[in-house]
Amino acid sequence: MTDFKIHLLVCGGTNCRSSRSSILAEQLRAEIKNQGLDDYAQVVTTGCFGYCENGPVIKVIPDNTIYTQVRPEDAEEIVTNHIVKGRKVNRLLYKDPRTDKIIVDAREMETYKKQIRIALRNCGVIDPESIDEYIAKDGYTALGKVLTTMSPEEVIQIIKRSGLRGRGGAGFLTGLKWELTRQTPGKEKYVVCNADEGDPGAFMDRSILEGDPHSIIEAMAINGYCTGASQGLVYIRAEYPLAIDRLRKAIHQAQEYGMLGADIFSTGFDFDISLRFGAGAFVCGEETALIHSMEGGRGEPTMKPPFPSVKGFLGKPTNVNNVETFANVPAIINKGTEWFRSIGTEKSKGTKVFALAGKVNNVGLIEVPMGITLREVIFEIGGGIKNDKKFKGVQIGGPSGGCLTEKHLDVPIDYESLVDAGAMMGSGGMIIMDEDDCMVDVAKFFLDFTVDESCGKCTPCRIGNKRLHELLINITKGNGKEEDIERLINLGNVIKDTSLCMLGQSAPNPVLSILENFIEEYEAHIRDKKCPAGVCKDLMKYEIVAENCVGCTACARACPVGAITGERKEVHYIDQSLCIKCGACMDRCKFNAVIIN
Amino acid sequence: MNMEMVKLTIDKKEVEVPEGTTIYKAARKAGIEIPVLCYMDLGDLNIEHKPGGCRICVVEVEGRRNLAPSCSTEVYEGMKVHTHTIRVLNARQTVMELLLSDHPKDCLICPKSGNCDLQELAIKMGVREIHNQDIAEVSTYRTDFSPAIIRDMNKCIMCRRCETMCNELQTVGALSAINRGFMSVVAPAFEMDLEDSVCTYCGQCVAVCPTGALTEVDHTHRLIRDLSNPAKTVIVQTAPAVRAALGEEFGLPPGTLVTGKMVAALRRLGFKYVFDTDFSADLTIMEEGTELLDRLTKHLRGDKSVRLPILTSCCPGWVNFFEAQFTDMLDIPSTARSPQQMFGAIAKTYFADKIRVKRDNLIVVSIMPCLAKKYECTRDEFKVDGNPDVDYSISTRELAHLIKKANIEFNTLPDEDFDLPLGESTGAGVIFGATGGVIEAAIRTAYELYTNKKLPRIDFHELRGMDGIREAVIDFDGLSINIGIAHGLGNARKLLEDIRNGKNHYHAIEIMACPGGCIGGGGQPLHHGNFGILKKRMEAIYREDATKSIRKSHENPYIIKLYEEFLGKPMSERSHKLLHTHYVDKSKKIIYI
Repeated sequence: MTDFKIHLLVCGGTNCRSSRSSILAEQLRAEIKNQGLDDYAQVVTTGCFGYCENGPVIKVIPDNTIYTQVRPEDAEEIVTNHIVKGRKVNRLLYKDPRTDKIIVDAREMETYKKQIRIALRNCGVIDPESIDEYIAKDGYTALGKVLTTMSPEEVIQIIKRSGLRGRGGAGFLTGLKWELTRQTPGKEKYVVCNADEGDPGAFMDRSILEGDPHSIIEAMAINGYCTGASQGLVYIRAEYPLAIDRLRKAIHQAQEYGMLGADIFSTGFDFDISLRFGAGAFVCGEETALIHSMEGGRGEPTMKPPFPSVKGFLGKPTNVNNVETFANVPAIINKGTEWFRSIGTEKSKGTKVFALAGKVNNVGLIEVPMGITLREVIFEIGGGIKNDKKFKGVQIGGPSGGCLTEKHLDVPIDYESLVDAGAMMGSGGMIIMDEDDCMVDVAKFFLDFTVDESCGKCTPCRIGNKRLHELLINITKGNGKEEDIERLINLGNVIKDTSLCMLGQSAPNPVLSILENFIEEYEAHIRDKKCPAGVCKDLMKYEIVAENCVGCTACARACPVGAITGERKEVHYIDQSLCIKCGACMDRCKFNAVIIN
Repeated sequence: MNMEMVKLTIDKKEVEVPEGTTIYKAARKAGIEIPVLCYMDLGDLNIEHKPGGCRICVVEVEGRRNLAPSCSTEVYEGMKVHTHTIRVLNARQTVMELLLSDHPKDCLICPKSGNCDLQELAIKMGVREIHNQDIAEVSTYRTDFSPAIIRDMNKCIMCRRCETMCNELQTVGALSAINRGFMSVVAPAFEMDLEDSVCTYCGQCVAVCPTGALTEVDHTHRLIRDLSNPAKTVIVQTAPAVRAALGEEFGLPPGTLVTGKMVAALRRLGFKYVFDTDFSADLTIMEEGTELLDRLTKHLRGDKSVRLPILTSCCPGWVNFFEAQFTDMLDIPSTARSPQQMFGAIAKTYFADKIRVKRDNLIVVSIMPCLAKKYECTRDEFKVDGNPDVDYSISTRELAHLIKKANIEFNTLPDEDFDLPLGESTGAGVIFGATGGVIEAAIRTAYELYTNKKLPRIDFHELRGMDGIREAVIDFDGLSINIGIAHGLGNARKLLEDIRNGKNHYHAIEIMACPGGCIGGGGQPLHHGNFGILKKRMEAIYREDATKSIRKSHENPYIIKLYEEFLGKPMSERSHKLLHTHYVDKSKKIIYI
């Protein structure tokens, strides 16, 4: 085996690949070969670093250099300067958005300082397509330990004691679920990995599957051993082609290595995994809907109980866990419950992966210990709000979650505290909003998503959310009435109270939490017919101030719809019936003559 | 099974019910009626439809975060349920308002008006205002007109009862939910027309639809036009099951036989002749019974070209079913036409000649408990130069509407008799209306024709009943005849699959598409899942049989005369032309996915 001195880790996650990271990796390999460094340096395509907005990202080991926004054309310079001459390429180094300081060693990056990576432990570290690299990072030792030295009950006790809770949304105690599935009698049982990640902006499950697929395979096999299942199924959306591809390769490798198949570790335990593809319906992340979809039926939820642990896939006991939950399992087995329990809060142990998005400087995936505050996440790890704008709110838990504000910034992030504050953990989407965001518009956006994703089975979700959405549209058009606020609250609460599944039960959350925290914005839309953030187009008007207008005609030439008229050197005029409110005139005017009214 | 009992309180009343009982059923036991909408309990068919979709039946359970759908939430020890707190009432009212906000408000001209579960509930709940209706989008869909059933999905409330009937009970698979969210609706796959789907027109979906989303094609207006046309001679035939159910529409208790009043009403409506499908049921027995004996004797002689069992073919829903789904077995069913069509063929030849009316001027109308009959009339096999043997069929429900419309005081009508010759029938013809009846009628005749002996008994109780699949062995003077009976297409499927897999020992099988046979047909007064009503209708049918002076088809004097004057003998050339048919492989026509 070659003992490489330098490793160039190139992010091969979907996000970096879409900004040409695979071409970059090719270029780097070619350049290394060109310069005769084949035995000295190696390029490894890894999973996601979680640092997506600045991609493609390269990490150089052993000196922990992080290069951001690297283009394939930069390959030659990196190899020549960094690898050959030992000089870092300054222009590609990460710059702290707050201090403008160039970071030479990744360990000094604020964004990584507060993170603890358990579920993402191998993402951005190993080549996800190599089972050997996974094994080199203690891969499959947990499975080996479980199969050869422990009884299923002992393993379940460990998972229970660790306090691990479902990372897909509701936070059910994972060990308890395993126990329930084990205790349900049945010859045939199933292990299902829920990879139907659907929250807008959330992509931790995809990143884990792309960056560390073997950890899921290992955890599912452990779960199979505990529950008595010999069949594993991964329900994954077909829109994740790279994750599917890597998972397939990983399953194949695991089968070749005897980690899947018959008589694993010569213990007589049989377990294998196959894939089931979803068509991308958000509701299929709900476990009963997921199971119906896997069975070939319509993806819609049914009443629980019976829980899948009792009556699941094909009517057999089925343990359904989400990707991130599974990713924690081998680490807990290897490092022990005490270690895991030492991270997090009293009721929420371990870490949680969040997808930071919106108006924050460091957009991407982060993994933080439970109990960390929103302030730390947004202002330290996230690097604060973009362009030094003012923080306004953060939507946590995706479209089902709630919107928290300034006053919640010191709330510790755990399952209970978030619910108390009016949001939820959900699958870990975190969308940050600043002063330029209209909160009524934000509520409308999230509701638009759930209205679209409702399965249509129950009345409150099928019709109620639609009506809620229509009310919001009406308000943002300036047609809202005073009584609409009360109507929104009553309708929202009834939908929460009567919907069949969590999709419907949580769909009004953004509307209600925004009503609670930003009531003045609703009132401004309804009473004053104004959108304070200037987002709702129907409520704003571009106008020309006669005193400032010099008649340069720039605005008229910029207007794409010919809504502006006026002779040279005379005051111009905007025809409101034609104006599409694109703002091109305002951008072009040098005399501050165009204003928003 | 050891049933644990569970104690709980509902509205502070203590109730004790077996483990696994739902709140809804426990409440009923306590005398508390929780309103339901999508829920449907077909206890005798082992179908309890409780998708928990409408959310009207929600109740408050102490300690539970949200409201619980009582139809699908099981009770537990110590549970405390409140069925009418303000929170519950507000939720129900709001949900009802939501349903109405996406429902047409044209109740005045809706065929279901007055018989609509949604309307009834709206009246009960007293919804007086629908907030923001002016900005509310309403989901609309293309109306689907098939020969028997109209789908107006603008009125669908997604209760999904039709889906359960079509898929679980009938295993037809024509209907399922499509689309998502606000636009989700029950429809054939890809929203194609019912006519292009595997639909059999059994009408069981129509029978359970709580609104006007699924209704029958209404021919009463056409009938009124024809009756008012002096150039036309309009005659009518009435199916056996109609007389056992029609009275329900006029407030009479289920199981009241209204044969005489029905005849009187039809006469007052202006039909020139009021005849009985029971007559042609007797004729069916002559043809089908003879065919059975023919196939049986050939089979016993070792003729390998003859396949057994012979299957009855009176039920058009069942014919549609095997033509679409069991196309490899098209040679098994009897070739005998249904009684409706035999009647039409005889009426437009033999009878038309007798009264000297040209075929084109004779309108034959049938009153049927069935919607598939509407389709059956339109089949090309049953037309002569484009003129159908039976012009159109109206259902029991449509007839009731028509009688009401004509302000005929049904309950005070005198009992009148059918006209002759096509109104004379035997008890064997009457029992066609109940599951097992056709095969019993066939045996009464086949036995005597085969053995040349008089039947020792007329009632074959072993063939009667409500079990989905039944079987019996009938002794034909030393020869054991194995009989199978199925009602409901799901049960039929089981028998057919057994035949297909060679697991079959029957000589003859009777199949009816609807549960209970024609008495439970898709055109009958709505029974709302109450099978007690079907049982009462069944009793009425057998009561009528018992009171008939002649109870064997081959003894019907007018049938004997018909053969003497016109047909010759059963299975004669003329019989073949007029009374038999062939089956079509519909799988080629149907659009499969």
